[in-house]
Amino acid sequence: MIAGAVLSEDGPWGGGSDGGEGGKTPWRAPAGGAGPSALDALIQRGRERLGGGNGGGGAPGLHIGGAWRWGILALLLLWVALTSAHTIGPQQRGVITRFGKYVGTLQPGLGLSFPAPIDIVSKIDVDNIHVIDIDTGVDGATGQNLMLTGDENIIDLAYSVRWNIRDPELYMFELQDPDGTIKEVAESAMREAIARVTLDQAIGAQRGQIEQQVAQRAQETLDSYHAGVVIQGVAIKQADPPSEVVDAFKEVSAAQQNAQSYLNQARAYATQVKAKAQGESTAFDAVYAQYKLAPEVTRRRMYYDTMERVLAKSDKTIVEPRNVVPYLAPPAAVAKPQEPAK
Amino acid sequence: MSALRRYPVIWAGAALLVLAVVLSSLTIVPETRQALVLRFGEPIRIINAYDRREEFGRTGAGLALKMPFVENLVWVDKRVLDFDMPRQAVLSTDQVRVEVDAFARYRIVNPVRMYVSAGSERRVSDALKPILGSALRNELGKRPFRILLSPERDVVMNNIRTSLARVAAQYGAEIVDVRIKRADLPDGTPLESAFNRMRTARQQQALSIQAEGQRQASIIRGDADAVAANTYAASFGKDPAFYDFYRAMQSYRYTFGTDDTQPRGSATILLSPDNDYLREFAGKKP
Repeated sequence: MIAGAVLSEDGPWGGGSDGGEGGKTPWRAPAGGAGPSALDALIQRGRERLGGGNGGGGAPGLHIGGAWRWGILALLLLWVALTSAHTIGPQQRGVITRFGKYVGTLQPGLGLSFPAPIDIVSKIDVDNIHVIDIDTGVDGATGQNLMLTGDENIIDLAYSVRWNIRDPELYMFELQDPDGTIKEVAESAMREAIARVTLDQAIGAQRGQIEQQVAQRAQETLDSYHAGVVIQGVAIKQADPPSEVVDAFKEVSAAQQNAQSYLNQARAYATQVKAKAQGESTAFDAVYAQYKLAPEVTRRRMYYDTMERVLAKSDKTIVEPRNVVPYLAPPAAVAKPQEPAK
Repeated sequence: MSALRRYPVIWAGAALLVLAVVLSSLTIVPETRQALVLRFGEPIRIINAYDRREEFGRTGAGLALKMPFVENLVWVDKRVLDFDMPRQAVLSTDQVRVEVDAFARYRIVNPVRMYVSAGSERRVSDALKPILGSALRNELGKRPFRILLSPERDVVMNNIRTSLARVAAQYGAEIVDVRIKRADLPDGTPLESAFNRMRTARQQQALSIQAEGQRQASIIRGDADAVAANTYAASFGKDPAFYDFYRAMQSYRYTFGTDDTQPRGSATILLSPDNDYLREFAGKKP
């Protein structure tokens, strides 16, 4: 009924500002439906005592007091509206604590709670995936993140851990420093996993397995802490030998290349030699087959063929008299007299 | 109502007083904390005490009552707390110096004992830190270095945890976990010699890879030569005399550059009339 009266006055603000200008107490009192409240009476009595003769000012003063009251009420309503309605995003959950006590979790959408000092709603991102990068360079001086492998070698490793929150309550209430804990647990799990493989495995073949092991191990440990988080994955970004020995590793790959090129050369040689043998023997076989048909003729023919070609291309001297030694000019001396003629 | 009208200031004062009493007897206990109630310094009870089977919302957190001015509260964290042990050099039985980092996680499960023996959580971790260090040294000092790089590492961590838990219980704390974070060779000579070992191992590997390559290459060549020789023998062996002739003819052609190759030098041939080639030249009858 009182609320109806307030509405008929065209809102608390309208009534208050009008009252300041119009200043008609008799009109206002019946419209309010009730007499001045105890607080108003108290204020008015106080004014009368203190102010004494200022009786005329008493009426507007009462009106200003009313506006003040409505103002406070409005602020209060606003405060309640703002602090008891919460929009929770699709990736969020709202954890409600009532005087510090956990009372529930708001799902995405519009959520209601008691107003602020009673209920506090903490919005927690649950789907948002956080990434912790553990890079090389954490050792400062060496600029590397060195770890010992199972075969007592040293590896320089950089990796990242992705995680998100599964239980916002656990995340909020169980660990003092959840983010730091996740990082430490992941680091410890990584070093443990690396300590169980050899350097070569860590650098190459078993990277995927190591990533899985670390994720699993970190998850188990965090579950035992009731951390309320999920490790989404561990990714090894870099697994290298330390820079101090990287040259020696390069020598190995150079040696592998060299060895490969030796093999390639040998294989090329082998192909060539075998092909040559094949070719020559096939050619010989072909000629031999013909030779077998008419050995003597073929032999003579081949002989004349060859001699013809050979002798056609060469200078020839036939020594006729049996016992005369001919004068043979060396080829250079023979060539010389010809030069001026050219 | 009439009394209120007569003494408003007194009434306001009284109301304030009541409010103050009510407020000071009410406490907000968040989920993350336990409140130890002391009456004139004597521990009386614990609000929101840790219980491992607890569910949030049913643990006594929230508004709590206490007697004003008589009881006061000591706050104790209820969450899992942690402390890092600073890097320590540990000497294993095989005289390897290792630098070890570890962390421990614990929870105050007995706030009264914690308050009596330490006073605050900080003091608990200060007290536990050196004990973790010595437990670690003891445990690793009994074992060779390689243990740290093997599954037995878990045993080591469990032993450390057990011995730390014994001490922690005296402080009303429970050890949740102890974990060796890092176990590294210290900088300087040990690290350098490890690098050196890695380097030489790799160099050796490089040499053996190269040698193996050469060995296989030689085998391939030898095999090919053998196959070729076999092919030649199978073919030429059918008539060695003809082969000799055939090969001689080939050879002449090659040496005198008649097979389209360039001979190295020009040739002048001196023929005796007795030469078989000139047999017909001399007009003789054979």
